Parts: sequence; C-alpha cells; structure tokens
Amino acid sequence: MDPLNALLALTNFVLIPGIAYGSQLALGALGVTLIYGILRFANIAHGDVMAFGTMWTILGTWLLKSWGVSLGFLPTALLVLPFGIVMTVLYLLAADKLVFSFYRKQRVRPVTLVMASLGVMFVTNGLVRLIIGPGSQYFEDGERFIINVREFMATTGLEEGVGLRTAQALTIAVALIVMVALFWFLNRTRTGKSMRAYSDNEDLALLSGINPDRVVMVTWILAGGLAAIAGVLFGLDKGFRPFTYFQMLLPIFAAAIVGGLGNPMGAIAGGYIIALSEMSITYAWRRVVAHLAPEGWEPNNLLQVLSSDYNLAVSFAIMVLVLIFRPTGIFRGKTI
Amino acid sequence: MSVNWRNISLFSLMGLLLIMTGVNQSWTLALTIVNMGLISSIMALGVNMQWGYAGLFNVGVMGYTALGGLAVVLISMPPVGEAWSAGGFGVLLGILIGVGTILAAIALWNRMAPGKLRVLALIAVLVGGFALNRYFFLPAAAAIEAVNPASEGYLGGLGLPVLLAWPVGALFAAAAAWLIGRVALGLRSDYLAIATLGISEIIINFLKNEDWLSRGVKNVVGLPRPIPTPVEMRQYEFVFQLSQMTGLPVNRMATIASMAGFALLFLLVLAILMWLAEKALNSPWGRMMRAIRDNETAARAMGKDVTKRHLNIFVLGSAVCGLAGAMMVTLDGQLNPGTYEPLRYTFLIWVMVIVGGQGNNWGAVLGGMLIWFLWVQVEPAGRWLAYVLTSGFGADSAVRDHIMNNVAHMRLLTMGLAMLLVMRFSPRGLIPER
Repeated sequence: MDPLNALLALTNFVLIPGIAYGSQLALGALGVTLIYGILRFANIAHGDVMAFGTMWTILGTWLLKSWGVSLGFLPTALLVLPFGIVMTVLYLLAADKLVFSFYRKQRVRPVTLVMASLGVMFVTNGLVRLIIGPGSQYFEDGERFIINVREFMATTGLEEGVGLRTAQALTIAVALIVMVALFWFLNRTRTGKSMRAYSDNEDLALLSGINPDRVVMVTWILAGGLAAIAGVLFGLDKGFRPFTYFQMLLPIFAAAIVGGLGNPMGAIAGGYIIALSEMSITYAWRRVVAHLAPEGWEPNNLLQVLSSDYNLAVSFAIMVLVLIFRPTGIFRGKTI
Repeated sequence: MSVNWRNISLFSLMGLLLIMTGVNQSWTLALTIVNMGLISSIMALGVNMQWGYAGLFNVGVMGYTALGGLAVVLISMPPVGEAWSAGGFGVLLGILIGVGTILAAIALWNRMAPGKLRVLALIAVLVGGFALNRYFFLPAAAAIEAVNPASEGYLGGLGLPVLLAWPVGALFAAAAAWLIGRVALGLRSDYLAIATLGISEIIINFLKNEDWLSRGVKNVVGLPRPIPTPVEMRQYEFVFQLSQMTGLPVNRMATIASMAGFALLFLLVLAILMWLAEKALNSPWGRMMRAIRDNETAARAMGKDVTKRHLNIFVLGSAVCGLAGAMMVTLDGQLNPGTYEPLRYTFLIWVMVIVGGQGNNWGAVLGGMLIWFLWVQVEPAGRWLAYVLTSGFGADSAVRDHIMNNVAHMRLLTMGLAMLLVMRFSPRGLIPER
C-alpha cells in the first residue's frame, strides 16, 4: 500500500497530459462552438484551419531561428504566434468573403453551409500540404522540462516521479488566460454582448440595431485566433502533422457537443471531459493499482481498457452516449 | 419523352476523353481510369441517394467502403486452419460475450424502473461483460496473430467465390449505417455529419489494429479474382486472335483483356444499380423521399414517418458504398487498410456528386467518371501550374524545390476549388435534377 506513489503516477501519466490535451481541445471546441452559435453551422474546416495557423507559426519559427532569435527557455513559436493568428484570421475572413457570405445572404439551410465548409476544408488541406508538406514537424525548442522526472525522484527519494514539460505548462497557462479573456469579452464588452444577443435571437438583435456584418466578422476573428492558438499549443506538445489536425476534428466536435453546441462554458467542460476520459481509458492502470494493492496482490496484466490506437473511439463513444441520452449536451447548448 | 441530347453529348464527351487517353497515352491507362471511374460512379450513386434524394449529409463514405473491402477478405480467402484451432473458439466466445453484454444492457435499461439502481446495474453489467470479453478474447487474438505471422496470422475467410463478397460487403456497410442512423438521424443535420465522420475513422482504426481479422497494416494480398489474370488470359484462343488483328503484343493484349473483363463486370453492376435507382426515384417512394427532402414539416403533416424513411435511405446508400468498396478491393486484389484516407475516399466522392449534379443519378455517374479522370490526369497540370507560379523564386531556390516536392497535393486544392466553384456558380451541377 503506497497511496502517495499511486497519486504521483496518476498525476504524471494521466492528469498532467490529460489537462494539457483538454486545454487544447477546449480551445478548439470554443472556436467550433462560437461559429455554431453565431453562424449556425458546424464548421468541418476547423481542424485544417488549426493546421493552417500552426503552419505559419512553424514557418516563422524557422525564419527566426535562422536569424538566431530565440525566447530563452520558452519556445520561439510563442513569439511568432501573433503572426500565425493574423494569417489565420485573414484566411478565415477571405473564406467568409468568398464562400460563406454568399450562402448566408441567401439564408440557405445550415447543411449547405456545412457543405461549403467541406470545400474550404479541402482547399485548406491542399494549401497546407502544398506549402509545408504532409510529414511531421517538431518545432518545440527552449527548455524542454520545467520539472524533470529524474530530478524529482532524486530530490524527493520517491519511487514515482512527476514530470512537467514546458509545452504542457505553457498550454495550461495560455489556455487559462485565453479563456478568461474570452469570457471577459463576451460578458463585459459591448461587442461581446451584441454577439450573445445575436446568437440568442437574430431577429431581435437586428431590430435593436446590431450590425450583423460586424458580429460575423468578430466571430471569425475570435475563431481564427482560438484555432491558431489551439493548433500551436497542440503542435508544441505533440508535434505537427496535417492529418493529425484533420483527425482532431472528431474529439473537438465531441467536446463541443458534450458541452452543448453553442455554449462556450460547455465547450471548455467538454474539452476536459473528453481528454481525461480518453487518457484514463487508454492508460494501462497496472502501475497505479500495483501501488495501491496489498503486498503480493499486484495485478499481472496491463489493466488497460482499450489500446491507445482507439483514442478516437473513446471520444466518439462519449459523443454517442450524449446524443442518445441528452442531445442538447450537459450545459444545454445554443446560447452564447 | 424527348431524347436528352445534353446528357448524351456529355457522356459522349467523357467517352471521347477516355478514347483520347487510350490513343495518346496507353490503353492500359485508359482502362485503369475506366475501372476505378466505374467504382467511383457507384460510390457517387450511393452518396447521391442519401444526399440527392433525402438531403442526408454522410461524410463517412470511407468507412463503408472499407467494410465492403473487409467482406472480400472474409468471404473469399481460404480459412487458416491452424489459426482457427489456436484461437478461433476464444475469439468467437469473446465476440458472443460482447454482443450478449450489449443486448443485456439494452434489455436492462428498458425493463428496470428509472433510478439510481438502474444506472448501477447497467454499469455492473457493462463492466463485468467487458472484463469477461477481454479475458477470453485477448489471449485468443494473440494466439491467432502468432500463427505464421509473416504470411498469415489471421483467421482467413470462408473460401467462397469472390463475387459473393460484393453483396456481403453491402450488407456489412448497411449494418454499420443502421447503427449510426439509429443514433444520429432525427437530430440536427450537423450531428449526422460528425457521427459519420467519426465512425469512418474508427472503422479504419479497427481494420488497422485488429490483426487477427484483417492482418492490419500487414495487408492481405493475393485475393482471388473473378476474371482470369493476364497470365491466364494468354492461354485463351481469342486473345491470340485479337492480338493478331490489332497488331499488339500478346502480353499487352492479355492485360487489356483482363482489365476489360473487370470493366464489363463493373458496367453490369452499375447498369443494374442505375436501373433500380431510376425505378425507385420515379416511383411513389421516390416522390415521397423528395417531398421529405424539400419540406420535412409538410411531409410529416401528411403522415410520413420522416426519421424512419431517412433511416431507410441512409442504410440503402451506405450499402451501395459498401458494394463499391468490395468491388474496389477485388479489382486491386488486396486489402491495405493503411491506404484509406478520408480526402480520397470520402471527400472526393462528394466532389463527384456536387460536380455531376445533386439529385440526379446520371449526374452522379458522370461526376464519378469525370472527377476520377481529372484526379488521375490533373497531376501533370498541377505540376506545371506550380512550376509557373513559383518561377518568381528563381531556378535554384529552396522554397521552390520544397513546393515542387509537395506538388502532388496540388490536386486536393484543385478539387476543393472545383467543388466550391460549382457550388457557387452552378449549384445544380453538370446534369441538373429534373
């Protein structure tokens, strides 16, 4: 019996990676949910837009590195992130101008907008693969660890260690700042309030003099910013590969649906729910249980529910359960 | 009924394109395009049933085609006796326990009174069933995978004729579609899109990782063929005579004869499907479907069960995609789960439907042929375009080299643009719905 070591193993292998991954999902889901709330369609291109923003950040990082610029112990990508955000926002505004606004003006059924986003996804994906290629890119630099497992074990003398990578700590910190800023914007500023009004009741919002074009523009700007930040944080943590970003679409949508599509609070909760369940279902629990079990009772198999190849299946299963039992999501979707 | 000159000329134009490929490049290339084009047409037909007739947005085409491919392996490959004796019983028992657990859970949920007790009982049944399943299943699967892993390591199939696999593939896809449809239909349309997208990724993951069933990424090769191979073809008298007549070498002629055999077989399937689809579309059932698509509320007011009808057409369309998937794997003679990619197997099919003409079966078939033709032929054009666009960088620039290396992805961009342009400026496609 050794609950302390069990807790440390749990923190190191499930909680820290889970919370970091959850923050990335939450940021992605926030973008999806904002677009759903204001523009009223599920944007299938979101994963590839994240890849687009990350791509520009990586290119910028390479350029800065070739100039010899760095951020010390922080990754250089953080310095380039604003540039990535700007590029993503410009791209989304152009996509809106060229593709989405036409259908919006015609007031087509939402499914036509989803189809249009499919076309945008195709183009975005093609652009990303054309510019940076389909392979993996690792662009994390600076100090890799804040807490090193080996040093932790040496100083405390414990059997289990806890490691905290810079990318993980950065993810959690940046996500917190972004979320607080977003909620401050939505709840306190005039523009944010008009966005919420537009989402609640479009006609009433128009009647009270809210400019719809402005609301839509601000939505794309926010979605682009969130997508680029989420993409870069995910890339720093796990490496960048265009196909992985496309696949992120499923957990991101699962997070948004679990929390209730159109509800920002729900998107955040959904992100952490999906990430932590994915982690805990694909984690081999033997190590943790071995510390908790009495002497001689240690389990001899891995105690892993599903192999980690099936992490998509976990988010899908949770989404299906929510769709069956509570289709509006935990936080009752469709308000912003 | 007047003769539809527009359609006839469009299809003749398509034929002309293929003939020109044959004359200018090679007849083998032309036939390769025809064969995959026919399969793509059938996939597009399936998607068109769901989208064009009923307005259902299915972005999981890849999953259903892959299930069709799995059917070919399970039906036509000879069984691996050693693997069956090593772990066949354990795997079957594990699957039975899994199915039994789910059925028990559903029965329990329906029978017991709502409350905390029901939830607890449900969790107990699911966890217990899952643990039992793993206990029998995992060692059995490992034992199967250990049997001669270089060439076998899986259960094999039933050793039945390969053509039987095509309807079975359709059945597999239909079963998966039924499960998804039950959950996601009747909710908002976006949910179906996400659910189908998810299930297709999971099906591919499943095929890649369950080596005992599909050999995973080690691929199953050497699937039986319904048409003689080029080598066997050489022994036929008529091939010899044809080669005398055309002046082509016997080897080339045998290859062409083998591919043409596939083309005829596919054409037959397409013709039967087309006949059925046109009949269905012009029947009261087809009118009802279009009525539901155009105004769900009105159809509901007429007493139509919209969700049930949606489920019907969703299952039907997915079955057609499964059939096409089985045909494709038969043509390739191998199942490689690693090559299934959503851009190629889901979204390209969508481009075909949109460009061809939503809601029109002939449009879907033409779109399938045309887009596949362009997909194969546009690569040199993309290379040229990228070459011209990057000429500003100078001949030995690293940026230009980098882009020229990735130029194969140019066609994704072109297809996406084609889709967006058609949607925007000619939303009814090449052959509009009547």
